[in-house]
Amino acid sequence: MDIYVLLKKTFDTEEKIVVSNGRIEDDGAEFIINPYDEYAIEEAINQRDEHGGEVTVVTVGDEESEKQLRTALAMGADKAVLIDTEDDLEDGDQYSTAKILEAFFEDKEPDLILAGNVAIDEASGQVGPRLADRLGISYVTTITALTIEEETAKIDKDVEGDIEKVEVPLPVLVTCQQGLNEPRYPSLPGIMKAKKKPLEELEIDDLDLDEDDVEAKTKTVEVFLPPEKEAGRVLEGELDDQVKELVSLLKDEAKVL
Amino acid sequence: MSETKEKLFKGGGFLVEDITGEDVITPEDFTDEHKMIAKTTEDFVNGEVVPKIDNLENHEFDHSVDLLKKAGELGLLGADVPEEYGGLALDKISSSLITEKFAPAGGFSITHGAHVGIGSLPIVFFGNEEQKQKYLPKLATGELIAAYALTEPGSGSDALGAKTSAKLNDAGTHYILNGEKQWITNSAFADVFVVYAKINGEHFTAFIVERDFPGVSTGPEEKKMGIKSSSTRTLVLEDAEIPVENLLGEKGKGHKIAFNILNVGRYKLAIGGVGGSKRGLEVATKYVNERKQFGTPISSFSLTQEKLATMAASIYANESAVYRTVGLFEQRMGSLTDEQLKDGREIAKAIAEYQIECSMNKYTATECLDYVVDEAVQMHGGYGFMQEYEVERMYRDSRINRIFEGTNEINRLLVPGTLMKKAMKGELPLLQKAQGLQEELMMMMPEEPGTEPLEQEKYLLKNAKKIVLLGAGLAAQKYMQKLENEQEILVNLADMVAEVYNMESAILRTEKAINQSGEVKNKQKLLYTQVYVQEAFNRIEADAKETLIAVEEGDTLRMMLSSLRKLTRHTPTNVIAKKREIAERVIEEEKYIV
Repeated sequence: MDIYVLLKKTFDTEEKIVVSNGRIEDDGAEFIINPYDEYAIEEAINQRDEHGGEVTVVTVGDEESEKQLRTALAMGADKAVLIDTEDDLEDGDQYSTAKILEAFFEDKEPDLILAGNVAIDEASGQVGPRLADRLGISYVTTITALTIEEETAKIDKDVEGDIEKVEVPLPVLVTCQQGLNEPRYPSLPGIMKAKKKPLEELEIDDLDLDEDDVEAKTKTVEVFLPPEKEAGRVLEGELDDQVKELVSLLKDEAKVL
Repeated sequence: MSETKEKLFKGGGFLVEDITGEDVITPEDFTDEHKMIAKTTEDFVNGEVVPKIDNLENHEFDHSVDLLKKAGELGLLGADVPEEYGGLALDKISSSLITEKFAPAGGFSITHGAHVGIGSLPIVFFGNEEQKQKYLPKLATGELIAAYALTEPGSGSDALGAKTSAKLNDAGTHYILNGEKQWITNSAFADVFVVYAKINGEHFTAFIVERDFPGVSTGPEEKKMGIKSSSTRTLVLEDAEIPVENLLGEKGKGHKIAFNILNVGRYKLAIGGVGGSKRGLEVATKYVNERKQFGTPISSFSLTQEKLATMAASIYANESAVYRTVGLFEQRMGSLTDEQLKDGREIAKAIAEYQIECSMNKYTATECLDYVVDEAVQMHGGYGFMQEYEVERMYRDSRINRIFEGTNEINRLLVPGTLMKKAMKGELPLLQKAQGLQEELMMMMPEEPGTEPLEQEKYLLKNAKKIVLLGAGLAAQKYMQKLENEQEILVNLADMVAEVYNMESAILRTEKAINQSGEVKNKQKLLYTQVYVQEAFNRIEADAKETLIAVEEGDTLRMMLSSLRKLTRHTPTNVIAKKREIAERVIEEEKYIV
């Protein structure tokens, strides 16, 4: 099977977000593989181990993304592709990424593409579905189980806590939800091998794309941090009175009822 | 993985040689692979070990065995084992990073360290082909677990005074061992013990003893102050039958194995000390940011900041020093041929060249750890005294580090002792330098260092080296061969020498970093260096003064003290202000940050 994983690097979950001049500061920040993409990598490796074939990890990013790709290789992926947009794309959005990936897949015949359900930074969850749409293949989001029999993928899809059982023909793109598997740690032998695995570097030029082709369709108007959490309030008095007060506060003050 | 340098430094050579930042390996030189190895270890410890700490503290050792096997699957047991025996043969920086990242696992880091270090390495370094093939592949996966049995009830620091005896049986097939080995880490579940015994009561020799051999048993679990997650028992040998092929190394040469392994054990403990200290600082900083008194987080008080900054600066100096030592091993191994690299004894020799550095790292890093956890408890106030806080366990776990692998006192005595030996053998020109110094001091004019970054620190370092030579030269001249009876003076010298090594390591690391990426990005490193160097210099001055007063009297003493004053004249750094700056970043990041 020809298996592809879409990977994005995101801020380490321990990083503090600092906004200055309308941008999120990333100077000196630690990056990790988007945690949902780790489920995708793990699943890809397991499917390959079961059905044979090859796992290729693809990212649209910058020079620094090599670290996350090497980590995926250390986990057990076979090949990696870094599409470096640093020089060509100032502010890409989901459209840009999907468009670039479409061009990348033009001459490929994937059986299975796996992506994370969402990236934990911008949490749009769009790149996977948009890419499938552009490639004209089926997609299933938020999957929690995947079995492939012959040319059919049998999938458990998380639907707000319920499970939907889906069967789709290959090729298919799936986005991975927590619960699908337990991603492995890259082993030390894996890390040493990863150094020698192929990592291809491309620019959009190599995909026959111009800067105009991939220009973002959206514009970021403002970036700001959520308001600081305020101290809670403890209601006092008789239980009935407390309930009444709570309801009126939710109605009049919080305006959520 | 690290580049090899052409310049090779002698052990102890830092006292007399001119060294630049480019000559040393620093944490900033770690490669992406090093960082990935560190990350895997960290994730394993946080994801698998930490959730089990309560079970481990409760002596549920099934978990220890299980966790070691899991660590083995990830390759975390095979770093120092050659590839042909199922290991990974990683460089020493990688294996050191594994050790550092295991430290927050508390007692389990001792379980891991005893297995991969003192348990397995005697076979890696000194085993013959059959022994290596038989044991190493299984040790690298965790299928077999190793332990090291040197200490006895009557012989601790005096390891060669062991009473355990070995006697060849009449058939000539087995050695019969009798005796007790005390405080053996991993003894509840270890399959293989490296045991020292005296053949016919005189030839000190190492043996590979399997748990299942007849006559081998362990005593009850000891009740310890800390590292309760590790197993500690007595190994009992009652007419234990050890096949002759399990004699390790050479008959009567057990001390070679023991001392080489102690060297390795020492630098590994130092690295563990750095790892534990970093965790201590992190735990303390998170707490003081959270804890409010008088309506404000206690991290806003400058006294709290002073503690955090002193801890962080000490960690920086120790981290710089231990990785510099690891770099020295790497450089030396880089000069070995492939053939030599396959011979474990050559690797052990490369490490033994730096026994002075290993000893110094051991006592300064373990004392850094003890200081850090002590202050971390203090910052927690009463909560730090309560068992539900991690810092309470860290405090208890830390204490043993100053005792095992040679007490810090023994390690201190070894430093001037070894330096003197090297000087006598002509390996280090210490005596010549000391003699030249006398004349230099007569002529010496006060000097004012420049104001560029590190100029003041380099000036203090230069003078600190002279102060060490002054003290050491004087003591050697006065006491000659009887110097070993003057333990207080030896310890003062050991402290001064170690401070010089730490100061210099911090300066060189910061210098190298500034050369590579500029002053702005290395502000924190510069602050750490300025604070550490100033405070270390003050300690050196006090030690030197006490030493001179003990050795000389009358006019000679007054002359010596005046020389010392010349060497210590300087405009001191305002450490209070610098520490506030250091603390600001630590408080913001809630961890050790460079």
